[in-house]
Amino acid sequence: MRASNLFRNLVLLTLVVFLGGVSSYASEKSLEEAEKEFNPTDMIMHHIGDSHGWHFFGADEAAVTLPLPVILYTDSGVVSFMSSEFHHDITGHHVVEKDGKHFVNLHEDIYMLNEGEHAVKFDEDHHPINAVKPLDLSVTKNVAAMFLTVIIMLIVFLSLSKKLKKTKKAPKGLNNALEALVLFVRDDIARPQIGEKKYKKFMPFLLTVFFFIWITNLLGLFPGAANVTGNISITVSLGLITLVLMLVNGNKEFWQHTLWMPGVPGFVKPILAIVELLGLFVKPIALMIRLFANITAGHIIILSLLGLIFILESAGVAGVSVPFALFISVLELLVAFLQAFIFTMLSALFIGISVAEHEDH
Amino acid sequence: MELITPEIGLIVWQTVVFVILVLLLAKFAWRPILNLIEERETSINEALESAENAKIEMKNLKSTNERLIKEAREERDAMLKEAREIKDKMIADASVDAEQKADSIISKAQEAIAAEKQAALSEIKAQVANLSIEIAEKVVKRELANKEDQMSLVDSMLDEVKLN
Repeated sequence: MRASNLFRNLVLLTLVVFLGGVSSYASEKSLEEAEKEFNPTDMIMHHIGDSHGWHFFGADEAAVTLPLPVILYTDSGVVSFMSSEFHHDITGHHVVEKDGKHFVNLHEDIYMLNEGEHAVKFDEDHHPINAVKPLDLSVTKNVAAMFLTVIIMLIVFLSLSKKLKKTKKAPKGLNNALEALVLFVRDDIARPQIGEKKYKKFMPFLLTVFFFIWITNLLGLFPGAANVTGNISITVSLGLITLVLMLVNGNKEFWQHTLWMPGVPGFVKPILAIVELLGLFVKPIALMIRLFANITAGHIIILSLLGLIFILESAGVAGVSVPFALFISVLELLVAFLQAFIFTMLSALFIGISVAEHEDH
Repeated sequence: MELITPEIGLIVWQTVVFVILVLLLAKFAWRPILNLIEERETSINEALESAENAKIEMKNLKSTNERLIKEAREERDAMLKEAREIKDKMIADASVDAEQKADSIISKAQEAIAAEKQAALSEIKAQVANLSIEIAEKVVKRELANKEDQMSLVDSMLDEVKLN
C-alpha cells in the first residue's frame, strides 16, 4: 500500500515537473506578463551576442559589469568613453553626452542623436528616427575576450619556444601536450593538405588559427564568457584571411583552372569560370558559417536547457536540464577542438588547392 | 547587435589583432618551435641510425670473435695432437734404439766371449803342447837317444789330438 503510494507520488512529481510548469505558465499568467518576467529569446540573444561591457551577474543598477572602452568614429572625429557611462541601459533612455554629441545604447547598438536632440524617438517598428549609427570601433566584450586569448597564446607559446630553446630534450607536461598539438597541425593538417614542398610557409597561419579558435572556443564555455567564435564578425574575419591567402598564393595553374579550364569545350569554359569563381568565395563563406553556427548552436542549446528552469518556473526542472546542459557542455569541449581542427583543415585544403602543382594535363 | 549581421568594428579588430598575433607568434614562437622540433627529429633519427649501425657492428665483431676463438681452439687441438704424436714417436724410437743398442752390446759381448774363448783355447793348446813337449822331453830324455825321432813321434801324436 505504502509502496504504491510512493510510486504514485513519484509519477505525479514527474508529471508536475514536465507538464505542471507548462500548464501553470499557460493558464495563470498572460503571455505579456510572462514576457516581462522572463524572455528566453532576449536572455539567449543577450548571452550569445556582443556587448559594450562585460556583464558577469546581477541586473539593472546592481549588475556587476567590467566597463569597456567605447570608441566611435563619427563624421567629426573619434569619440571615446567608458561603457559604464550608459549605466547598464540598453533601451536608449540614458543619454551620454560627450564632446557636445549625444549617444544612446539601443540593444548594444550605439546611436548618435542628431544635432539638437536630447532623447531618442522611435517610429512604429521601434527604429530610432532622430539618430544615426556611427562607425563603432569599441573594445566590446568579444574584443576583450579576443585579447584574453591573444595574451594566453603569447604567454603559452613564447614560453614553449623558450623552453625548447633551453633544452634540446623532449619537453614535459603542458609543453609536451602543446608540442604534440603543434605536430598534429604540422603532420596531420599542413603536410597532407598543402604538400611537403610548400607547407612550411603556411604553418604560422595554420597554427595560429588552430590554437586561436580552440582556445577561444574553450574560453567561451566558461559561464559569463564571451561567445567570440560564435560571432559572425569574427568568423568572417578569419574566413577573409583564408580567402586572401588562397588568392594571393594561387599559382598560374590554379588561376588557369579557375578562369579558363583547360581540356573542356570552348563554350563550357565561361560557365565553368563562373562556377569556379563562385566556388572560390563559397569555400571561405562555408568556413565562416560552419564555425559560427556550430559554436552559437552549442551556446543556444545550453542556454535553452537552463532557460527551461525559468520558463517553467520550477526548480525541479533543474534536475533534468542541468544534467542535459552538463552533457552538452562536455560535448562542446569536443566540438571546441573539432571546429578548430575542421577550420584549420579546410583552410589548409583550400590553400593546398591554390598552390598545388599538377603533374598531369 | 543582430546575430548574423557582421559588425565592421569587430571585423576590423579581429583582423588587425589576428594578423599581429600571427606575425608575433611566427617570429617568436612558431618558427623557433618548428625548427627546434625538426632539429630534434633529425637528431633522434641520427641517434637511431647510429644505434642500428653499432648493433650491426657488434654483431660483426661477435662473429669475428667467435671465428677467432674457433680457430684458436682448432689450433690448440692440432698442437696437442702433434705433441702427442711426437711423444709417442719419441718413446717408440727410444725403445727401438735401446733394443738395438742392447742387441749390439750383447752381440759384442758374445763376440768378445768367443774371441776370448778362442784365445784361451789356443793358449791352452800351446800350453798343453809345451807341457806335453816338456813332459815328453823329460820322458824321452830318459828313454830315447835320438831326439829327432822322438820329436816327430810326438808331433804326429799331437796332430792326432783334437782339442775341441
